[in-house]
Amino acid sequence: MEQTVEFAPASGVLSGIWLLVAIPLASAAILLLLGKRADKWGHWLGVLAVAATFVLGLIFFLDLRGLDAEARSAQVSLWDFIAVGNLHVDFGLLFDPLAGVFVLLITGVGSLIHLYAVGYMEHDPGRRKFFGYFNLFVAAMLLLVLGNNYVMLYFGWEGVGLASYLLISFWYTRPSAATAGKKAFLMNRVGDAGLAIGIFVMFATLGTTQYDEVFGNVSALSSTTVLILGLLLLLGAAGKSGQFPLHAWLPDAMEGPTPVSALIHAATMVTAGVYLIARSNAIFTANTVLQTVVVSVGALTLLMGCIIGAAKDDIKRVLAWSTVSQIGYMFLGVGLGGGAYALAIIHLLAHGFFKANMFLGAGSVMHGMHDQVDIRRFGGLRKYMKWTWLTFMMGWLAIIGIPPLSGYFSKEPIIAAAFERGDWTSWLYGMAALLGAGLTAFYMTRLFVLTFHGPERYTEDNQHPHESPFIMTVPLMLLALGSIGAGWLMSTSVPDWLEPVFGAEEGHHEAVLSHTLITILSLVVTVLGAGLAWAMFRRGTALAPQPAGVVVTAARRNLYTDAINEAVFERPGIYLTRALVFLDNKGIDGLVNGIAAGIGGTSGRLRRLQTGFVRSYALSMLTGAVLVVGAFLAIQLGWLA
Amino acid sequence: MEDLKLPGIDYGALLPMLILFGAACVGILVEVFTPRRSRNVIQLSLALLAVVASFVAVIFQHDTRTITIGGAVAIDGPTLFLQGSLLALGLVSLLLIGERQIERGGPFVSQAAITVGSQKDLRQAGDQPGATEVYPLTVFSLGGMLLFVAANDLLTMFIALEVLSLPLYLMCALARRRRLLSQEAALKYFLLGSYASAFFLFGVALIYGFAGGIALSQVHEAVANPERSQVLLYGGLALIAIGLLFKAALAPFHVWTPDVYQGAPTPVTALMAACTKVAAFGALLRILYVAFDGVRWDFQPVLGTIAVLTMLVGAVLAITQTDMKRLLAYSSIANAGYVLVGVLALNEEGLSSTMFYLVAYGFSVLAAFGIVTLVRDADGEATHLARWAGLGRKSPLVAGAFTFILLAFAGIPLTSGFTAKFAVFGAAVEGGQTWLVVFGVITSMLLAFPYLRVVVLLWLSEPSETTPTVSIPGFLTSAALVIGVVATIALGVVPAPLIDLTRDAAQFVR
Repeated sequence: MEQTVEFAPASGVLSGIWLLVAIPLASAAILLLLGKRADKWGHWLGVLAVAATFVLGLIFFLDLRGLDAEARSAQVSLWDFIAVGNLHVDFGLLFDPLAGVFVLLITGVGSLIHLYAVGYMEHDPGRRKFFGYFNLFVAAMLLLVLGNNYVMLYFGWEGVGLASYLLISFWYTRPSAATAGKKAFLMNRVGDAGLAIGIFVMFATLGTTQYDEVFGNVSALSSTTVLILGLLLLLGAAGKSGQFPLHAWLPDAMEGPTPVSALIHAATMVTAGVYLIARSNAIFTANTVLQTVVVSVGALTLLMGCIIGAAKDDIKRVLAWSTVSQIGYMFLGVGLGGGAYALAIIHLLAHGFFKANMFLGAGSVMHGMHDQVDIRRFGGLRKYMKWTWLTFMMGWLAIIGIPPLSGYFSKEPIIAAAFERGDWTSWLYGMAALLGAGLTAFYMTRLFVLTFHGPERYTEDNQHPHESPFIMTVPLMLLALGSIGAGWLMSTSVPDWLEPVFGAEEGHHEAVLSHTLITILSLVVTVLGAGLAWAMFRRGTALAPQPAGVVVTAARRNLYTDAINEAVFERPGIYLTRALVFLDNKGIDGLVNGIAAGIGGTSGRLRRLQTGFVRSYALSMLTGAVLVVGAFLAIQLGWLA
Repeated sequence: MEDLKLPGIDYGALLPMLILFGAACVGILVEVFTPRRSRNVIQLSLALLAVVASFVAVIFQHDTRTITIGGAVAIDGPTLFLQGSLLALGLVSLLLIGERQIERGGPFVSQAAITVGSQKDLRQAGDQPGATEVYPLTVFSLGGMLLFVAANDLLTMFIALEVLSLPLYLMCALARRRRLLSQEAALKYFLLGSYASAFFLFGVALIYGFAGGIALSQVHEAVANPERSQVLLYGGLALIAIGLLFKAALAPFHVWTPDVYQGAPTPVTALMAACTKVAAFGALLRILYVAFDGVRWDFQPVLGTIAVLTMLVGAVLAITQTDMKRLLAYSSIANAGYVLVGVLALNEEGLSSTMFYLVAYGFSVLAAFGIVTLVRDADGEATHLARWAGLGRKSPLVAGAFTFILLAFAGIPLTSGFTAKFAVFGAAVEGGQTWLVVFGVITSMLLAFPYLRVVVLLWLSEPSETTPTVSIPGFLTSAALVIGVVATIALGVVPAPLIDLTRDAAQFVR
């Protein structure tokens, strides 16, 4: 398929899109550089910067909407970033429909979470630093989605990785937080290396990394090159989005403060992988094998996430595994291609709302419960924290897909699209998605019921559950509204809006099941899953995990993926390092030191020739002269030449 | 009786040299007729003025291409470029020589018999601003260097060699501190210099016998004629080369360098390291490119061997040095080897890159020795390496500048040292002398060690009680340091203008 991609240069208001990155970056710089002097007002500056960015983003968005559908893109080239030989990389930004919705998600949800964090981090001595990192994250994330070439994207990609690392390890005095930060960093390196090599491949084969030029020339590449390129990009996407096989870092990342989990590890950064694939749709649709790989990764991860999530007892980890699983749905969507690209983006946006909503709700619960995170030790909290309960309920109903909440509008079409893939694989991926819906209903209901209903199972003394302050509940309410309404709103308007990016929807394949049947089926499995969980847990549960069958034990141990990582990568890695250190010490250092000692010794001996006596200097010159004259004459007489 | 035919003289073309020689003669009169107290200011102003005026004259001459005074002097691109470089470097050296604020009475004395630290010595230091004879001597020497790079026949070249050398021998002996070392250095330099001059002169005689003339163009024609005695040719070439290799401090004719560099007053060492090197290589370039280019295949391997030997000796011996000035001396020997690599490219690129290298290295080495003059204790300059330990803590600015200069010597990118090495090595590869480049790169690696050792010493060692203080430089030294450091940065970051200039100038007249 020949695809021409052109981006119009920015004009008017839109030429100011660089402000979107500059404002949070400036705020981060102020917060981090001023130090203690900014302690008193720093957090408000942080909130204000993101809110201002949101308003700006909204203005740009509306401005973009005012343009014709064909011309809905604005490109700003700020300066020539890298110019070496044939390699030219612009420091350029692109504001198009896809970037637009991401900007609104990042800054909109970001503003609410910043506001919430003002309350959540109130007693933390590092609050100013926290907001500095948080603003840094927003700036990097906006650069990631606004760049007009892969190098800019990579820039933002590494920036969010850095911010994520700093924020996961924010309470770095806790060993578990420090380890989790390191784990996230290392696993992300694997993915980032893939992305970097992918960009190298792009430059080697296409000579450019600009989106328009890359997408316009993909058809000129051999299908093997496209496959390799796509797999490398997928590796990067899987690393950042916590997808199989690089998913293990995401649940551990919950060691960071809860607003971080909500913004970075649920709503925005972890969806960067989905953004990357959606942005590179021209590459991914060019190779069906590649699409199959993406779909498989998505389907596998979504099931894994559900199964492990059902066995976890830490409220934030359950949500984290749920994030892994929901992003699996998004990968499934972008892997299906065609119209499902838009569906994945809609799910991404809706997920941004309801997952942030639930994470902040979890934070509110922890706030009221002395930082207790074990859902086995909650119960009956609806009496004490009405707003948290009510808003969390909206998130819960949204994620399990109860109409008319947002999850229903965003997830159900993806399940339907999986059934429409066109051959026997429709059954495979469709059933996986359907099963995932049932499991999601089960583990989310388990989480909800154990936390807010049933008997009280508090174990700490003096535990007085209480509602959080307004500054925390107001963002919850706003996000709950988003969880309720966003799905419907977006499923009607976003596909048209994104059409310039993904191309017009092609004709559907023959669905293996009728759409109505799929809708009914998915509702049935949802209700079944939820009902089962309700029945099992409405009377509470034991305070400690009980011995269980093979499946539950495996799920509690993350399906042994950590053990596999350790056995396959970590241990051989450690041995390899030791062997290399040994080789370095004995072999290379020995050689180097030997040479150095040899030269030093020579130097010491030669030094003695420098006696300080003119007579010996004159002799040395005479010897030299004899040799030089001799050499010339020897050449002349043909002895040497 | 035939009329005596006087040769035509292009005074305009000779003006830069005439200004210097004239100013030097006036300087001697000033020494006689002006009161002692005002002598230093007048002499310094006169010398600076003469150098600047001469530089202006060079700029006005910039497109002159001529041979004048009966073929004795050639004014062409390389001459003018090298004369301009000599004057610019000479100006900075004069700034260092003129400094009188760091030490009471300045670094020079002429009454050598007075014991250091005695009453007489103190009185002398209080009364007089040191030996002001050093200014006319410097200007004479610079004048000789200007003539040396312009000389178009062998005898003029010999005379220029003596004119530039004799003042230097004297200046080496003028140090106020460590007087015996200084006098010993001067004597060694004089004896060995005379020895080398004798080689040169004997070579000239042989070449006269070979070519029947001393003009470089005559030699060039004679070389093309296989009928003439080849023994005279090669013997003469070898001996002339030896004379020049001595001045440029190339192994095995480098032996005087560490002793003389260490013993001479540091500003004079700076002058020698920067300007003498330019002059010596200027003459060598002219000899090899103009007179003997017909036998390039024969001298290339011999001189190539000398270049390799020089680089190795400089680099290897620099490793075990414990005195800063001796370390810089060995570094300058190794650098002479790199310049010779550029010379031996024997193409236009080689000529231009050699000239670029000389300028780039000259400015860096002036800054380096300028900083050496600042690190002092009660006994004068503290040149032992151990004394520099921890200097970075005490004087970060000076230590930072010195570190930067050392990195430039080591050839780190974004310094002039990198661009200059890159230029000469590139030219040598183009000229088919890749083996020299291989040795050049290896020795560069070796040389990085002593430089980095000093950097480590400066920054990572704890300062001890004996770590000397860094004197506050006066205006003149500050200006010299700023010029040296800025030139080192500028030629590393934007070398293109100077490289273009050297390319435009890279054409000898014959």
